[in-house]
Formats: sequence, structure tokens, C-alpha cells
Amino acid sequence: MADARSALGIEGIVSEPGSRKPDPVLMADGITRHFGGVTAVDVSHVEFQRGQITALIGPNGAGKTTFFNLLTGFDKPNTGTWEFNGKSLVGVPPHRVSRMGMVRTFQLTKSLTKLTVIENMRLGASGQRGEKFLPALVRSMWSKQEDEITERADELLQRFKLDHMRDEFAGSLSGGQRKLLEMARALMSAPELIMLDEPMAGVNPALTQSLLGHVKSLREDGMSVVFVEHDMDVVHDISDWVVVMAEGRVIAEGTPTDIGRNQDVIDAYLGTHHGQDLHPEIAKATAARDELLAAGDDVDIADLPHSELPTEVPAEPTDEESSPDGDAADGAPSDGAPSDGEDTP
Amino acid sequence: MRDDLLLEARGIVAGYVPEVDILGGCDIDLHPAELVGIIGPNGAGKSTLLKSLFGLIPVRSGTVELRIPGTDGEPEQVVDIAQRKAHELVKLGVGFVPQTENVFATLTVKENMEMGAFLAPSKVEERFQNVVELFPRLGERASQQAGSLSGGERQMVAMGRALMMDPRVLLLDEPSDGLSPAFQDDVFVNCRRINSVGVSIIMVEQNARRCLQVADRAYVLDQGTNAYTGTGQELLHDPKVIELYLGTLARGLID
Repeated sequence: MADARSALGIEGIVSEPGSRKPDPVLMADGITRHFGGVTAVDVSHVEFQRGQITALIGPNGAGKTTFFNLLTGFDKPNTGTWEFNGKSLVGVPPHRVSRMGMVRTFQLTKSLTKLTVIENMRLGASGQRGEKFLPALVRSMWSKQEDEITERADELLQRFKLDHMRDEFAGSLSGGQRKLLEMARALMSAPELIMLDEPMAGVNPALTQSLLGHVKSLREDGMSVVFVEHDMDVVHDISDWVVVMAEGRVIAEGTPTDIGRNQDVIDAYLGTHHGQDLHPEIAKATAARDELLAAGDDVDIADLPHSELPTEVPAEPTDEESSPDGDAADGAPSDGAPSDGEDTP
Repeated sequence: MRDDLLLEARGIVAGYVPEVDILGGCDIDLHPAELVGIIGPNGAGKSTLLKSLFGLIPVRSGTVELRIPGTDGEPEQVVDIAQRKAHELVKLGVGFVPQTENVFATLTVKENMEMGAFLAPSKVEERFQNVVELFPRLGERASQQAGSLSGGERQMVAMGRALMMDPRVLLLDEPSDGLSPAFQDDVFVNCRRINSVGVSIIMVEQNARRCLQVADRAYVLDQGTNAYTGTGQELLHDPKVIELYLGTLARGLID
């Protein structure tokens, strides 16, 4: 494994967000995407090395799928440029992106359930002569190409062990088989780069291993793979390189081993302390609760005399430079107000 | 059921699709006036567990017992709530705050509160005052449309609405979800403030560290079962918890 990795040229790459790669297949610069006031993606620079399996990970809501949609033309960023094989993809619609050799799959599979498996596969091939109106009327103009496509489709079905389902409706496949079909269909366009959105999600454990094997075999066939995944064991098992996103930004990059030790990554998954110490407020409220418990049986809001409520918490952290929005802390000032003492009701 | 408990869930099996169990037998204890956290990686079953406690999804096997304290004349009783519907649980003193879309956006804050007291219309004013004591902000915004509030305030509305029925137990599904860090902190403090008046809380959270900082005790779920449990402080410093989140990626940390 170690020499396979050095053969891939990882050793020269620095483990830091936005690091340069010797031969990037895909790179993005200054990509931002806002939804209303929320910045879903804010990636200043990222490169994906050719011939590698790169995992894109991050906690829920990190913007991984949004970033995927932007790179593949399914969504448009507010700012930014990105290129595939040195060609700009700005404004290129998804079907052209896929013809250029960069194809994606979806987290929730997009198989056409009322078509058979083989028909779904044939649809994945691009540049079909029969797609044009007039030639479509003359079978001899496209039948040979269709045979070739079918042959290729059958080979892929065999490889993905779906050949026994060839003539079944795609709708009758299990979740895991649909994932396989999704991946096999993506390969029909003979891509250079394949982007997999959660390929293992919803797949039963028995199929996971074979799916993993398929992903690895894509790399062996010379393709580059970028995939979004939540299962860390999968990430550890198959990826050469890991890019970590959190809150829309790329916060870390490195080999799986580097990433597991990265404090920023651990913070992103487990939640950070945000610098603000909650402790005084928590302690005050906890003390109030403990007093209640000591006093006896269960008490609810209605029974509670108003003076026993802890004082209102300031809405914003007072000592930080960050003030998320204008309205200042209202409500009662917290304790320590210098007013003249203990004659409150 | 143990004497010191308010709620005791044993061996909860539940799921959405027939024959696929998301929870493979979870246990949860809740003491009176306790704040309990439930954390775990994606897909661990945290929200599923909370929904099954509240009768939103059927419990396939297992028991959930709730102690109903005696009121004048009536003796204390223990009820198995595993097969009860959500509205019955509200009557029994259990409140629930969903993870997202948890306010009526086109209604005002006050109207949202009235919806919360649907089962006790005569008590709306009195209870609204109680909620405003806890969240003065809701009083200031009483006539404003809930949809026009900030995310943090909306979360306050959702919690306030659940408190309108005077619950003994409050179930919170990822209250910090989708909020900016400063607002998240407010939510955690607010949970403690609600708890400080004697309401017992079970809180599911994705921000594991904050949750552990705030909670008295916590359960760490993994793949639908209890993985670890302990006090918030114990778990906060337990490397096994990190490993659960980062899987084999974090192997280096443990050795």
C-alpha cells in the first residue's frame, strides 16, 4: 500500500487546505454560494490530483453536496472559477460537463424506474446518432452504434454483477443495486473523472465491500475519483487523499492518517467551543435547578415564583468582536449590577 | 421501573421501513429535573430514538415508562407510553420540539404560543406569561410573524410553544441545528434555563461537545445502540467518543 501511494505522488503534497497538486484534474478558485443570508460554500482554493481517489468529508451541513453541484454544473455559484483538465467550466451546463469527461452520481439515485436496467445503461452513453430526429427514423443509421453501446453496457453490468437483472425494471432493484447501476451508468460515457455523492449510503453491509472494490478498480483503470462519504471506515479504506469541509470552507487536507490526527477536523465533527465560555450561565442555571431539587418535589414553571428565575442571558457574547447582527443584548443585565443591593421584592 | 426515575426506556427497537430497524434496542433513563444529552455520529439513530419516545414512529419492541406524579387525591402512577400517540403524550406532560420547520411561520409569535396550548385554551394567558418570564424576547415579539424572526428566535418560539403545556419532560431534537455559533450558545444556555425551573430534558445534539458541556449525563449512540454513557464531563474527555465520530480515521489518537 505504501509504495502504491508513493507511486501516486502523494509524498510531495503538503497536508494543508488548498495545497497544490502536481497534476490537478480539477481545480476551483474563490467559489462562493449563498442561499439567502447563509453562505453554504466558500472555498478559496482546492485542487484534486489526477489518478487519485479523493474523499470529500465533513459534518452535516458542511456544504459538500452543494459544492459537488456547483462543480458539476447542477447549480451556479455566486462567485468563482473552476476548471477541469485546464478548461474552464464556468457556465457550462451539466450535460456538457459530462461530455467533457467529468461525470457524477447522486446520493439519491436517479435511475429511471420504468425503464429496464439495460435501457438505463444505454442512456448513459453520449453522442448517440439516433438522438437526432431524422437519423432516428432510419434504423440502419444507428443500429450498429447501438449494438456497440449494448455490448459495452453488458460488459459493465457483468463487472458490477447486475447482468442477471439486465431486463428487469430499474424500479425493482434494491437500494444497493441502484447504487451499482448509478455507478455503472456513469461509466458508459467513459469519463476521466467520476464524482460519487455518497456511494455507500443506504447500501447494505454485504454489498459495501464489493462497491468499495469497484471504486478502487476505477482508479486502477486510470480514472480519477472524487467522492463524498460519511462512513469514516470507507474513507480510511479507499482514499488516497482527504479534503475536509466545514461550514462551507475547506478546513483541512491530507492523507487519511493525517486527517485523523487533525485537531480542526475533530473540532468540526464534535463541535467547537467557539471561544466563548458558557460555564457561568450554565453553572448559574444548574445551581438554580439543584436548589429546586433540594427543595423537594417536582416543580414546573407555573408553580415557580418569579424571583427564582435566573436572570436573562445577554443575547450576544459581549467580549467578542463578532456581533452577528445589530440588535444588542436587551433584557435584564446579568448579575453583578452595581445597583443598591438587596431590597428587591 | 426504578423509583428514582421519571422516564425509563428499555430495549427500544424502531424504524421507518418495515423490516429495517434503525434502533436495535436502546435504553434511556431520565431523572427528575435532569438534562440528558444524546449524541452520536450521523445515522446513529439519535433523532429516531427521540421520535420513538414521543410516539411519532411506532416502537416495535421495548418499553417506555413515564412516572406521573400524584396530584391532590390521585396517587402517583407509572404509565407505559411506548404505544401512545403524540397528542396523548402532550396531555401526560411530555413536550417535543422538532428539528426543523418547527414554528408556524405565517402565524405570530403569540399565535404560535396559543397553538402550543391547544389542549388547554383557558390557560393561554397565564402560561404565555410564564414563557415570557423565561424568554422575555418572545414578549417583545409577540405580534411579529414567526417566519420573520432570526433562526435563534425561532428556536425560542418552538421551545416556548412546547412549554405552553407545562411539560414535565421536554424532548429537543437538535436545537442548535442551522444556527450560527453565537446563537447556538444561546440555545444551550436556554436549555439549561428551562431545566432550571424543574423541567427534565432529553436533548439530541449534533454539536457533541457543547451538548456534553451542558448536560448532566449523556448517551452516545452508535448504529442504533447505546455505545457509551456517562456524565457530560466524563464523555467530553473520552477519546473513545472521538473515535466513534471519526472511525478508523482516528485510530492514531487512541493508541
